[in-house]
Amino acid sequence: MADMSLVKHPMPEQAADVRNKNFEEVALGYTEEMAVAEAKRCLNCKNPMCVKGCPVNVKIPEFISLAAEGKFEEAYYKIRETSSLPAVCGRVCPQERQCESKCIRGIKGEPVAIGRLERFCADYHMAHGGKKSEKIEKNGHKVAVVGAGPAGLTCAGDLARLGYEVTVFEAFHVAGGVLMYGIPEFRLPKDIVRREIENLEKLGVKIETNTVVGQTVAVDELMSEEGFEAVFIGTGAGLPSFMKIPGEGLIGVYSANEFLTRINLMKAYLDDFATPIKKHGKVAVVGGGNVAMDAARCAKRLGAEVYIVYRRGMEELPARAEEIHHAMEEGIVFKLLCNPKEIIGDENGNVVAMKCVEMELGEPDASGRRRPIEKAGSDFILDVDSVIMALGTSPNPLIKNTTSGLDVNARGCIVADEAGKTSKDGVFAGGDAVTGAATVILAMGAGKNAAAAIDDYIKNK
Amino acid sequence: MNKILEKRVLTPGVVLMKIDAPRIARKAEPGQFVMIMPNEKSERIPLTIADYDRENGGVTVIFQTVGATTMEMGEMNEGDELFAFTGPLGQPSHTEGIRKAAVIGGGLGCAIAYPQAKKLHELGAQVDMIAGFRNKDIVILEEEMKNASSRLFVMTDDGSNGNQGFVTNKLEELLEAGEKYDEVIAIGPLMMMKAVCELTKKYGIKTIVSMNPIMIDGTGMCGGCRLTVGGQTKFACVDGPDFDGHLVDFDEVILRSRMYRAEEAKARDEHCNLMKMKVKGE
Repeated sequence: MADMSLVKHPMPEQAADVRNKNFEEVALGYTEEMAVAEAKRCLNCKNPMCVKGCPVNVKIPEFISLAAEGKFEEAYYKIRETSSLPAVCGRVCPQERQCESKCIRGIKGEPVAIGRLERFCADYHMAHGGKKSEKIEKNGHKVAVVGAGPAGLTCAGDLARLGYEVTVFEAFHVAGGVLMYGIPEFRLPKDIVRREIENLEKLGVKIETNTVVGQTVAVDELMSEEGFEAVFIGTGAGLPSFMKIPGEGLIGVYSANEFLTRINLMKAYLDDFATPIKKHGKVAVVGGGNVAMDAARCAKRLGAEVYIVYRRGMEELPARAEEIHHAMEEGIVFKLLCNPKEIIGDENGNVVAMKCVEMELGEPDASGRRRPIEKAGSDFILDVDSVIMALGTSPNPLIKNTTSGLDVNARGCIVADEAGKTSKDGVFAGGDAVTGAATVILAMGAGKNAAAAIDDYIKNK
Repeated sequence: MNKILEKRVLTPGVVLMKIDAPRIARKAEPGQFVMIMPNEKSERIPLTIADYDRENGGVTVIFQTVGATTMEMGEMNEGDELFAFTGPLGQPSHTEGIRKAAVIGGGLGCAIAYPQAKKLHELGAQVDMIAGFRNKDIVILEEEMKNASSRLFVMTDDGSNGNQGFVTNKLEELLEAGEKYDEVIAIGPLMMMKAVCELTKKYGIKTIVSMNPIMIDGTGMCGGCRLTVGGQTKFACVDGPDFDGHLVDFDEVILRSRMYRAEEAKARDEHCNLMKMKVKGE
């Protein structure tokens, strides 16, 4: 008999005024009892809409049924059948727009907490899971994956399970991509990312770090000289945007990428790591997406007073609902309908303030969102000593510039079809490198589709 | 992990290391750089490639032990392994169409100017090399630079080698004497590059400078290395590190280069204290 409670079982988390001073994970996860109780809210629909809402089609009702019976390890393997990174997705997917948005229980009350249950099963496996080794028969074909972020890792995992010999090339000194450099520890502990990657290595995936494809070796060379029959490009969208307003060269102005990389990848907030980070008193984060929330919450944890400065309103904030909610709880001040015009510095080049203007919403633009327009004469000065630009990113041109016959669009994104096929024979692409900055799970979905397409391509060659 | 194949102390505080990195050695060109982390907890720092050996897979870097990371690296020895060594990054220096060039190196900048001079020299260009140092005791690569140029002028600030003056004094002297260069290449401290550019602007000679700002990833991701060139924001790591010196906003670059001065001084002191403790402990 299903649990007909209208609300999700709440997940314990650190109190807001405690966690905004540390980098430990905010959400603490369900206990076994909570997980079973929440799993029992699932009606196990015959035609499960939730699965269609998931970019990697996790077998949601099936894993939740197993969880409801307390078979957490089996539930984990059910998720793993279609997802390479369950512990990651359970934490960072925008479930409210995907699986959970389609849940029948959500029509009257809250949907089943699919994300929390996925997270629980993955964490349970990490804590209790045995060493069930997946027997894989090698097929003797070599595939290269460029970029060890969500798209590349998913593609690599799926191909390895099909028997391919997969090498992932990563520019940084550690694998994980945005999961390591972008998303903070308090939202996605790096230990979890490392363990998910170890799981892939156990499948036989080789990871070559410190290799910048396009510089260290070209895609063409991987194919012609190193014997890779196909290449998947999952290099993300790493190039940060600035506003092109006066003062962006001042000391104390960062791209969110720089600020987050210092903190997450280089661990600048820990004493025994050498990378420096400046401690600022008042920080303005410009933007309203997940990256803006992550940067704001990191700045808060370093002791600053933090503003989110966003040119549209609350309704238009593109960040995940939970991140906005958590940021507010942690004391981040939202300056909405507000846009920077100039960053002001002192004689030494340090930021001392930011000149902003109030905005109002006009007619919808091409994206369907109402276009923000300046309110005449509403300029004001925001007293800050640091500005972090979280305005979105675009794909890095390194691959485009060094790969023959690879088409990109006007925004620099690689042109690829649904299956990931590009203009170059044997080269596939997916994730932010194709779509421009999007989400972890969409990148994983693209990596998954491309793995199937690569399998098809090599088999029919 | 990349093994240190060779280590030489060129002058006190200036170290040459040849690192085993076959993939990088195969691709490296003058003007390009590598990102280095001596160990897992180090900063990632950029160092320009001083030389490469495509045959045996070695990549040479030359650095001054002035910051915590370079000090840490300076304490490593042949056979030790660097945690991370990535490259070659950035655009190679362009050499097309240069028949006669003045290549100018200031201090450690000579380590970067040298491979550029060598490449031009090998391509048959006439190369006048001007190298500037504070005094004669810290002159590096004199033999190498001599072999890579048609004429080498070594200048010292204090005149201790008999040639007193800045690199700009020598360059001006040559220009006044009627030398014509297709291009001037200036690599060294920001103040020196700025001064060279001010001089060559007067003579209307195209001048290329090599920028070495703060970087984290070195692949276009952090934007920390941004600078204004001809009114446009450029990233030194992917658009450079070479730029048209007459278009670089040097004042902004100089301000930004001081960004972490306080943090760097603290790290350096801590590193020194740590070393003292180690020494005492032994």
